[in-house]
Amino acid sequence: MARTHITAVVNGDETEFLAEDGTSLLNALRDEVGLTGAKEGCGTGDCGSCSVMIDDKVTTSCLVFAPEANGATILTVEGLADSGQLHPLQQCFLEGAALQCGICTPGFLIAAKALLDKNPDPTETEIRYALAGNLCRCTGYDKIIRAVQEAAREMRGQ
Amino acid sequence: MAITEENPGYKWVGTRPIRPDGLEKVTGKAQFGADLMLPGMLFGKVVRSPHAHARIVSIDTTAAEAMVGVKAVITGSDFPDLAANGAHASDIDVASNAIAREKVLYEGHVVAAVAATTRDQAEAAAKAVEVTYEVLPHVLTVDEAMADGAPLLHEGMITKGVDPAPENPSNVASKILHERGDLDQGFGEAHVVVEREFTTKPVHQGYIEPHAAVADANTDGRAHIWCSSQGHFQMRAYSATVLGVSPGNLKVTAAEIGGGFGGKTVIYLEPLAVRLSQRAGRPVKLVMDRDEVFRATGPTSGTRIRVKMGVSEDGKITAAEVWMAYEAGAFSGSPVGAAGMTAIACYDIPNFVVEGYDVVCNKPRVAAYRAPGAPMAAFAVESVLDELARDIGMDPIDIRLANAAVEGTQASYGPKFPRIGFVETLEAIKDHPNYTADLGPNQGRGVSAGFWFNAGMMSSATVHINENGSATVVTGSPDIGGSRQSMALMAAEELGIPYESIKAVVADTETVGFNDVTGGSRVTLATGAAVVDACRIIVEDLRARAAKTWDVEVDQVEWVEGQAQHVEGTQPPLSLNDLAAKSGRTGGPISANASLNSRGVGAGFSTQLCDVEVDPETGVTRVVRYLTAQDAGRAISPDYVEGQMQGGVVQGIGWALNEEYIHNPDGVMENPSFLDYRIPVASDLPMIDCAIVEVPNPAHPYGVRGVGEVGIVPPMAAVGNAIRDAIDVRMTDLPMSPVRILEALNEQSD
Amino acid sequence: MKYVAPSSVEEATSLLSTSPSAQVFAGATDVVPQLRAGRSAPEVLVDLKKIQELVSIVKDDTKWTVGAATPTANLTEDQAFSEEFQGLSEAAGLIGSDQIQNRSSLGGNLCNGSPAADSVPAMVVNGVRAVIAGPNGTRVLDVAEVVTGPGQLSLEDDEFIVEFEIDRMPERSGDAYLRMIPRTEMDIAVVGAGARVTLAEDGSIEEAIVALGAVAPTVVRVPEAEAALVGNTPNEQTLSAVAGAASEVCNPIDDKRGTIAYRKQVAGVLAKRAVLIAVERAQQRNGMK
Repeated sequence: MARTHITAVVNGDETEFLAEDGTSLLNALRDEVGLTGAKEGCGTGDCGSCSVMIDDKVTTSCLVFAPEANGATILTVEGLADSGQLHPLQQCFLEGAALQCGICTPGFLIAAKALLDKNPDPTETEIRYALAGNLCRCTGYDKIIRAVQEAAREMRGQ
Repeated sequence: MAITEENPGYKWVGTRPIRPDGLEKVTGKAQFGADLMLPGMLFGKVVRSPHAHARIVSIDTTAAEAMVGVKAVITGSDFPDLAANGAHASDIDVASNAIAREKVLYEGHVVAAVAATTRDQAEAAAKAVEVTYEVLPHVLTVDEAMADGAPLLHEGMITKGVDPAPENPSNVASKILHERGDLDQGFGEAHVVVEREFTTKPVHQGYIEPHAAVADANTDGRAHIWCSSQGHFQMRAYSATVLGVSPGNLKVTAAEIGGGFGGKTVIYLEPLAVRLSQRAGRPVKLVMDRDEVFRATGPTSGTRIRVKMGVSEDGKITAAEVWMAYEAGAFSGSPVGAAGMTAIACYDIPNFVVEGYDVVCNKPRVAAYRAPGAPMAAFAVESVLDELARDIGMDPIDIRLANAAVEGTQASYGPKFPRIGFVETLEAIKDHPNYTADLGPNQGRGVSAGFWFNAGMMSSATVHINENGSATVVTGSPDIGGSRQSMALMAAEELGIPYESIKAVVADTETVGFNDVTGGSRVTLATGAAVVDACRIIVEDLRARAAKTWDVEVDQVEWVEGQAQHVEGTQPPLSLNDLAAKSGRTGGPISANASLNSRGVGAGFSTQLCDVEVDPETGVTRVVRYLTAQDAGRAISPDYVEGQMQGGVVQGIGWALNEEYIHNPDGVMENPSFLDYRIPVASDLPMIDCAIVEVPNPAHPYGVRGVGEVGIVPPMAAVGNAIRDAIDVRMTDLPMSPVRILEALNEQSD
Repeated sequence: MKYVAPSSVEEATSLLSTSPSAQVFAGATDVVPQLRAGRSAPEVLVDLKKIQELVSIVKDDTKWTVGAATPTANLTEDQAFSEEFQGLSEAAGLIGSDQIQNRSSLGGNLCNGSPAADSVPAMVVNGVRAVIAGPNGTRVLDVAEVVTGPGQLSLEDDEFIVEFEIDRMPERSGDAYLRMIPRTEMDIAVVGAGARVTLAEDGSIEEAIVALGAVAPTVVRVPEAEAALVGNTPNEQTLSAVAGAASEVCNPIDDKRGTIAYRKQVAGVLAKRAVLIAVERAQQRNGMK
């Protein structure tokens, strides 16, 4: 089957890869680019584990066809830290024990970043709704919500 | 909040440092089951039955084998016929569930598997495997399966536990019975008697990571398996059984595991991946889609339960009668046994009969799910207890206090309880501000309690002291919720060195001694005890080395805060760093192993308080406030104790309100997706308030009881009792969905 | 499967005319799950998002024009639009998670043909029109006419929706959309209800439109509820008539998400509540309250 050549900026680097047209961006990132941070939990956009940012918008990469990414700028969890310096969300997830098994963590971090980019001072309810597309089965969400609140505070300089 | 009997002044135990595996998990580096890629690796795909019950007439793989990129196709006949070999019945069931031979017993049952160079080729080849079925009549529930003349799943199955044994086969695999005292007398003494019948649906563990396995087989019969499981030693044992090889031929490496909750204690893909890899001569990766996870793994049992209980005027339970039937799915082994032992274990009841049935039906074989069996029974018992408290006008905590099991109580399942903390959890709820918080319109409050044994079982640990005095703690217990942190904390406490100087790792089956599964809330208890034992061996060794260095008797050396001290103080202390640096001159590397079959598990209790708001016009229920109090024994790692408590509660809330397997009349699951199998989302929930109670387990070096499971036992009744309080309707069927609640409200107003 | 992304309406229509098995898509949030489930297997995937007019929001004196593939997040984040069409904006915002919102579109939500699509009742009560492109140019169709049954459209295989025209909200008017789902997010509506009202100067209802989702093969209007409201205030009697009419017009099914009885009863509840919210918004918008 013919494969399409795709060029995208992935985590700051211009990246080229090949993918079959019907392949999901998620599988292309995992199998072709070698970035396995985004996970497939459902393949139907219901769990959020595969969340990435495409041109600064968060989306579920399992619902994106790989060729759609041509020319796009993509951020995955692997690109969240800046030159080894953890993003405040990553640091707050660690310090606040906001993960247990960790499979949903990459998706939560990306979705939370998307929220805080738009809304630096969200209420608890706003956080809960903004993260409703990310399923976590281990934590009951409590510590995740608190970690996002704490990261938001830090990012606001409070 | 922690309620502790004593404060032993630990330096590390009970603190909240960053977990050892955290950095990898927030940066995307952690390797989970599906993340491994090997050179030349093939992608596999499983072929599954579309029928709930059918005889396999034939399987034609020729078309699939001829397709581009296809390297191997396997069916049941590629595995040894354990039944013909006279294997143990439970091994035959494991093998038959991994891949069907004569019959498929549920929709999703494996009939074949393929491996090809790309995902798409594997998918296409799986579709090209031609299976001819003779469809058989099926049974989906305990009611259907236990009915007279029901179609049989296993033609030779005679009910165990009945004397004399029945002459005819049935779908009832076994009966359990616990009795004490005289029921008639007990009910005769009661002031009020309440009897209700309950049903619950199968629910899935709902881990976010689908099952995944990679196998790389050699031509000499050996193979390496990477998989995410709750016990790679069990994956090795089960795979060896199904494949007909020695366990020593299989090396299993535990990938990071993306949730299990009991559902990853059994094999699905591993032996298939090995056989495909052997046939293809290449590594093979098998990963389930979400719908395969729902159709073919997990869930826990659907049930029908009747409970009759009586109380005296002052709230003492005089008698309890419990009848329950648990779906096992396609093969025997529902958790009805544990259900029978836990159903009334919270209470000291003089007269009772608890009777249970393990019933097979044409659904996926049930797997363990957090306190297996206990939650459904607790839903029934705790709902009836709530009715009794209402009938006699007694506070729901007070009625539980009046009957609570305490140290010395003869547990309903046999032994006498040692020191336990049930009463303390009840008091923690009563003392919490949530207990008296104001309730708004259409809001209600419910209390419920739960019990779980916790498990011990077998564990091994190795501790190495590195040349700079840091330590590596090696166990074979997959870390599902932060156990590497609790291992490191206990080792830091024992060795007297900083937590940061310790690296806790989970090793493969060839690198560390045997470990039972991560399950039963046993790892911090049992594997933790092995770590403590190994550390203590090391401390003894270090004292001996210091004694040798100082040329004194060992009893002249104490180990204090990470250094050897001479009791008389005539020698300068030797730190662990000093001793490690000198290890070559004092006896060689410093390392110790410990293996044990765990001593003294400590029973776990949880009491929970739930506030709900019900929309009386739509039947929608929202949880507005939630408090859980649980006896942890000792919270080694309070962050992750709270995490277990909160996680268990929220799974229970999902079970209470929305989660259920829905099958159509043909036995096909209709909701195998996270869209329609509705686990709670963040916006459904409030914060989950935690009260960690610490009544140390006298049989563990740090008082650990185990905290993973009991938290899921009370929530269904806590929610149901809160709904009862809000709208005066007793819900007896799970889930308490908007449809069911509105139906109940309509009936009430008729 | 081949992926193509035409850059103009003409290019897209000519592609569709020459490709016998093509699937147009915007966010693919429904298309991908259908492909995965094997429910469709097109040869060509036609991505409409690279056509400029399909991803745009334009306001003029008489109407809003919203590109059919515009992400619903763009719509909900457009403050002027969301203030004018609160109900429609909220309905669009209910389609899935934030992740989905950056991909889902009014065009996709409508053309998926689901009776439970959240934005459709809200579009119907606002009289939204679909501008449809085909090989012979464009035609305009009321949104209410686009879907003819579950998964069934009145569009030809070589047609697609370019944009939606939404007449500006009249004075003293407001809209609302409510849905019932078991959770708070991430569910398909078991019942949906949209309402729009225009008040007379005396505060009574001059015009009302009520439409229901997920209770019949297509979104349905509730003419008897509308009639009961016109000339009245939303008092207990008229609201009870609205609820009764809404329950009556339902023709639902029993399925994994709900029962016939439940859907009928709750359709009445939500219709009543949606009308009340629409009235309140109309009053607030014009300082009548």
